[in-house]
Amino acid sequence: MFSRSLMGVLAGAAALALSAGGAAAQQKLKIGFIYVGPVGDYGWSHQHDVGRKAIEKAFGDKVETTYVESVPEADSERAIEQLARTGHGLVFTTSFGFMEPTLKVAKKYPNVKFEHATGFKRAPNLATYAAKFHEGRYIIGQIAAKMSKSGTIGYVGAFPIPEVVAGINSYFLGAQSVNPSIKIKVVWANSWYDPAKEADAAKALLDQGVDVIAQHTDSPAPLQAAEARGKFGFGQASDMEQFAPKAQLTAIVDNWSDYYVARTKAVLDGTWKSEDTWGGLAAHMVVMSPYKNMPDDVKKMAEETEAAIKSGKLNPFKCPVVKQDGTEVECKGNGALSDEQVLGMNFYVKGIDDKLPQ
Amino acid sequence: MRFELTPRTTVSPVVRALAPVAAFITAFLIAGFVIWLMGRSPVAAFQVYVIQPLSDPWSLQELLVKATPLALIAIGLTYCFRANFWNIGAEGQYVIGAVLGGWLALKTHGTEAGFWVLPAMLVLGIIGGALYGLIPAFLKTRFGVSEILTSLMLVYVAQLTLDYLVRGPWRDPKGFNFPQSVTFDPSATLPPVWEASRVHYGTVFALIAILVTAVVLGRTLFGYRLKLTGDAPRAARFAGFSARSTTLAVFAISGGLAGLAGISEVSGQIGQLQPSISPGYGFTAITVAFLGRLNPIGILIAALVVALTFIGGESAQIMLKLPLDLTQAFQGILLLCVLAADALVSYRVRLVSRGGGK
Repeated sequence: MFSRSLMGVLAGAAALALSAGGAAAQQKLKIGFIYVGPVGDYGWSHQHDVGRKAIEKAFGDKVETTYVESVPEADSERAIEQLARTGHGLVFTTSFGFMEPTLKVAKKYPNVKFEHATGFKRAPNLATYAAKFHEGRYIIGQIAAKMSKSGTIGYVGAFPIPEVVAGINSYFLGAQSVNPSIKIKVVWANSWYDPAKEADAAKALLDQGVDVIAQHTDSPAPLQAAEARGKFGFGQASDMEQFAPKAQLTAIVDNWSDYYVARTKAVLDGTWKSEDTWGGLAAHMVVMSPYKNMPDDVKKMAEETEAAIKSGKLNPFKCPVVKQDGTEVECKGNGALSDEQVLGMNFYVKGIDDKLPQ
Repeated sequence: MRFELTPRTTVSPVVRALAPVAAFITAFLIAGFVIWLMGRSPVAAFQVYVIQPLSDPWSLQELLVKATPLALIAIGLTYCFRANFWNIGAEGQYVIGAVLGGWLALKTHGTEAGFWVLPAMLVLGIIGGALYGLIPAFLKTRFGVSEILTSLMLVYVAQLTLDYLVRGPWRDPKGFNFPQSVTFDPSATLPPVWEASRVHYGTVFALIAILVTAVVLGRTLFGYRLKLTGDAPRAARFAGFSARSTTLAVFAISGGLAGLAGISEVSGQIGQLQPSISPGYGFTAITVAFLGRLNPIGILIAALVVALTFIGGESAQIMLKLPLDLTQAFQGILLLCVLAADALVSYRVRLVSRGGGK
């Protein structure tokens, strides 16, 4: 008796789930997201989730979105495939480490469109996208140099990959442009998201006389460490003012919303193509949160630099770019380093007193 | 008032066999209650979490893929744990196996090297893991150092070694300086067991290891020797079993199987070396070993069950939009229920008043 009624309930649930899934697939475009961290990290994954919600807001009933969070990079193929085989027409995989698995699944599901963030491998149904965060880092470098009393600024890096290294260089070049004798100290957290390690890294910097900290890790911990000591810092990925109202000078905000809405629209209109998108301040993929806790002249300088980068008048990697050992980097772009050179950057610029781990 | 546990003198085999089943039902009832509190249907959750993965050929295959490294490592750990040696460092032995086997794959990359590459890689993987496992064993037998500490700390050494290699000497020269090796050639790739499947030969190795272990532990002198060393070390000494050689043997076996899991995963699933090649299999396998009560068949079942909780958890996120936290909470509840059931079967719980205790 018990077993029969249980079976009945289960069969009913199965039928319900199947019919609901079938009906939804016909009308709606299902869009899936794979996040490397928790949506509550207030950093990288959180901002992608803001973009997901923007899609829901823009298209309402025409779309349905799904996400899988904290997916380990070494075991992500299954999660990606599960999205592809459950009727998702567009799948965003939002961390570099998902590159090979996304490529493999994309080959198996030619009718599903994939978008991979920060990678470089594409396919007819696999596009890539990333943002020029280093543009924002040039601005915060200038602010840091102006706000530092000790003449030493700090940087908490996640991993010594090109994107992070380019960020440190841009930050330092910005700082040098207003104070040629500025010094920088770098500490590696070896994690994208580890509040305890990030806080330790920030404290180590503060103990060494650093009074302005920039970070390329995702939690507000370094910023909070600066706040606790009455020093300054910058928000990363999202506006972190609520965590450090006195310390946050500005934040480099990732804005995926416009891009995600545009790509969703392209799929709905049938105009989606596989391409590579690399947008910065001008494309609104990188946004500076309000400049605060600084004198008016510093704020004015920051705003002017932001405008100059937006208009294309200023490129953080304008030639000549000089390496640590004094050699000049070959200028492969138009008056500045080429995109490929920035995307594959594995050297420090002159003046950084640290050895790049490699 | 306090609780007192007294060992039961006799336990019927039926009760012992049914205990895990009761634990599962209890865990599902608790989880169902939580889901009901969240305003979702527990029946639908059960359907997505358990029934669906077990009734769909694709997810059944994924179940095998996910369970393979867990089973291989856990079966190795059984040798250690049965003899009462605490190898907590299987994660490190897994990594070193992958590194040593992967080295050959990178060495022969792009050459005409033939069929011998793959078997040699597997052998190197086993040797790498075994040698790495012998370090804590040697430190224990020679200097009496606790193997719990050394084996655990060596995990970080292994992970950072891999990290160094893929950021430095083994980095893909065409990979924009990102920290990963080239993808392995077909001759260095563990083939799928049947065509177009993700189930690779590592699964076959795991099944062989389970069968061999069942025979070794149940029917050989060596198996008896482990049991005696674990249950009554003094008796084992009197019987003429050398504690030293037992220690070295179990760590070599355990490390070798973890190393085999590592190289199988890298060459069969991931296809390249990268900073992270395991979402913590070496640690999850400890749970698997104890869930399976250090019994080979039990471990096979436990590995599948734990794999099911991962896959079901992803389905629950995708189909029901249930958060990942719930999946992790469920894994905890399940482990707790199984351990509690075990304790309740072996012991009688009595409530004693404070005065009557002594």
